[in-house]
Amino acid sequence: MTMPEERHTIVVLVDNEPGVLARVIGLFSGRGYNIESLTVAEVDKERGLSRINIVTTGTRLVIEQIQNLLARLVPVHKVQDLTLEGPHVERELALVKITGTRERLVQALRIADFMHARLVDSTPGTFVFECTGTSDEVDAFISLVEPAEVSRAGVVAMARGQSMLQSDRSE
Amino acid sequence: MTDTTKLATATAASRPMTGAEVVLAALVEQGVEVIFGYPGGAVLPLYDAIFKQDKIRHVLVRHEQAAVHAAEGYARSTGKVGVVLVTSGPGATNTVTGLTDALMDSVPLVCLTGQVPTHMIGNDAFQEADTVGITRPCTKHNYLVKDVEDLASAIHEAFHVARTGRPGPVVVDLPKNVQMGQAPYKSMEQARIRGRVEVREPSMERIEQAVDLLKRAERPVFYVGGGVVNSGTEACATLTELVRATGYPVTLTLMGLGAYPASDPQFLGMLGMHGTYEANMAMHDCDVMVCIGARFDDRVTGTTAKFSPNSKKIHVDIDPSSINKNIAVDLPIVGDALPTLRAMLDAWNRRDNEPVKNERTAAWWSQIEEWRGKNSLGFRNSSSLIKPQYAIQRLYELTRDQDVYITTDVGQHQMWAAQHFKFEKPLRWMTSGGLGTMGYGLPAAIGVQVAHPDSLVVCVSGDASWLMNMQEMSTALQYRLPVKSFILNNSYMGMVRQWQEFFHGNRYAESYNDSLPDFVKLAEAFGAVGLRCTSPDQVDDVIREMLKVDRPVIVDCVTDQAENVYPMIPGGAAHNEIQLAPDDDWGVVKGSEDGMVTV
Repeated sequence: MTMPEERHTIVVLVDNEPGVLARVIGLFSGRGYNIESLTVAEVDKERGLSRINIVTTGTRLVIEQIQNLLARLVPVHKVQDLTLEGPHVERELALVKITGTRERLVQALRIADFMHARLVDSTPGTFVFECTGTSDEVDAFISLVEPAEVSRAGVVAMARGQSMLQSDRSE
Repeated sequence: MTDTTKLATATAASRPMTGAEVVLAALVEQGVEVIFGYPGGAVLPLYDAIFKQDKIRHVLVRHEQAAVHAAEGYARSTGKVGVVLVTSGPGATNTVTGLTDALMDSVPLVCLTGQVPTHMIGNDAFQEADTVGITRPCTKHNYLVKDVEDLASAIHEAFHVARTGRPGPVVVDLPKNVQMGQAPYKSMEQARIRGRVEVREPSMERIEQAVDLLKRAERPVFYVGGGVVNSGTEACATLTELVRATGYPVTLTLMGLGAYPASDPQFLGMLGMHGTYEANMAMHDCDVMVCIGARFDDRVTGTTAKFSPNSKKIHVDIDPSSINKNIAVDLPIVGDALPTLRAMLDAWNRRDNEPVKNERTAAWWSQIEEWRGKNSLGFRNSSSLIKPQYAIQRLYELTRDQDVYITTDVGQHQMWAAQHFKFEKPLRWMTSGGLGTMGYGLPAAIGVQVAHPDSLVVCVSGDASWLMNMQEMSTALQYRLPVKSFILNNSYMGMVRQWQEFFHGNRYAESYNDSLPDFVKLAEAFGAVGLRCTSPDQVDDVIREMLKVDRPVIVDCVTDQAENVYPMIPGGAAHNEIQLAPDDDWGVVKGSEDGMVTV
């Protein structure tokens, strides 16, 4: 009985303290779970909270494990499986550098225009585009302008609707 | 003013103390009575603070790994948090095995490690190691305290984390300058303790569903583990009450032994790889399984693909991540064993129940009695060689009237002790279950004896395991701890030899212990008493002599070298493919191809 692999986006609210990212990553590497994408940044300076967005793949049981193991970490305030909990927004940002002839650059600019990528830097013979969108949209833009140097920020995600992600912890 | 009263007064007034004094005051407030440790450069301020007080006793071990095992023995025989103190670098890295052991077996520990001063961290300083980095995967949580102002809170939170929820080890890394800095003390009340590790109340709705399932079951079984022991003696008493109220059979894991009285007729014995025939067959054939405080470990389940195929599974665990990890269950209940068991008992008693011996489960019980009739722990005794099972049976019989605590190392002797020593009460059995740490037994026995100075503490060991932490005999002598080492000496790493016999064509690669010491002389060299028995008729006398001596004793019990542990579920096999001793027409134990890769 093999269960199908699912792709899940999980957000984690954590204390912004040394080692917290290592704990999260160590949990994945130590147990052989996948990380497709991981982003982290402080989101609440006053309370010292960071938000980690993780995209992972695994069977239903593995995803449940990941959620429970994350919740077990002491600096973790809240774990939410966005994929499980309903509609949500996922966005990604990428910087894409194109080099080449004038013709190639002009063509890239045209593609960027209809793909809603923004030219953010140019030097003689190079353009750097900023592309934001879903992972699929970013993938599509890159595939149209390749070969290119790509730097991707990874997925940031948020649930739709009234609910706001808050710490489970009482102050 | 004496230093002790100064410490106490300073605690009350919250006037500045040194970091080391803050640590000691926090330990006192946490109820710590004893620390197992080993000094070194980076913890000298802490040792100085220990020297100046008399509330906390320090037990000097001879190796930092042993400090952790001793603290485990202390914790597991008392239910309190065990405390370890070691220096930086090698002191800290030597604790890693013990910490991993405690994490696997859910033992509450706080391990204080020294660290080089904060301004030298990252410089590859003398005796510097990245302790929080190294211990992150082998602790429940760890701290590097960089500011003396945060020290008291970190210690209080460490104890909170260690003992709440599923217990586990916590490391607090203390740079030397933090120990020497000045800060006012913060009491438990004043400390900032993060409350993440909360225990959920069990779902009453699910408990009602579980009891409904139980009430309709025709082939029920309780499968109970160390979580119930961790929950406390009251949880064990409530379990016993519930099991007796239902009249259903119960099996215990290696870690759970003692949670239910072994002499009770409803007890099927231990389950798993070397569990009894009746326990494993009952697990396979049951229709309702109630797992409480166990984690479907691979030693228990055998191959998961063929695990208990026709049962509804109820799983009670304090740790949500233990549920649906190895085995998908039908009815998960997250909660501490005690409130859950109480609610189950209450829900059971509220129902209109049939008498304990009833039609519904009569066929099941007669099937169980048939399995029991195989006497799967039986062995053919010998008049010339000491059978290890016989030695354990005699040890059990001759110590039955005493308050006895048993620790073990890992291997064949551990399994024979688990099979043949019958535990009536919890907290009496200390063994390394999850990690399987050879060298656990002697230091753990020391920790148990420190906690129970007037009780009988026996480390059942093997010749190979015992040597792994034998330096702790010095600790036993220094503190006049009359621990008994009962060594089943077969001159082999017995379990390795057994697997080589079964699965590697009798090629005993490196499993013979050549050049063993003379254990009797070794005992004498340490200032202890050494005893030896080499034939079955000497066993009783040697055990009696061991019990008479109020000093540490090493018994060299020279046993049959060829004996194997049965029954056995070979790797890759299911519960109902359990094999009994070769006398019983099963032939030689053979593993499957798939099973060969399992450990």
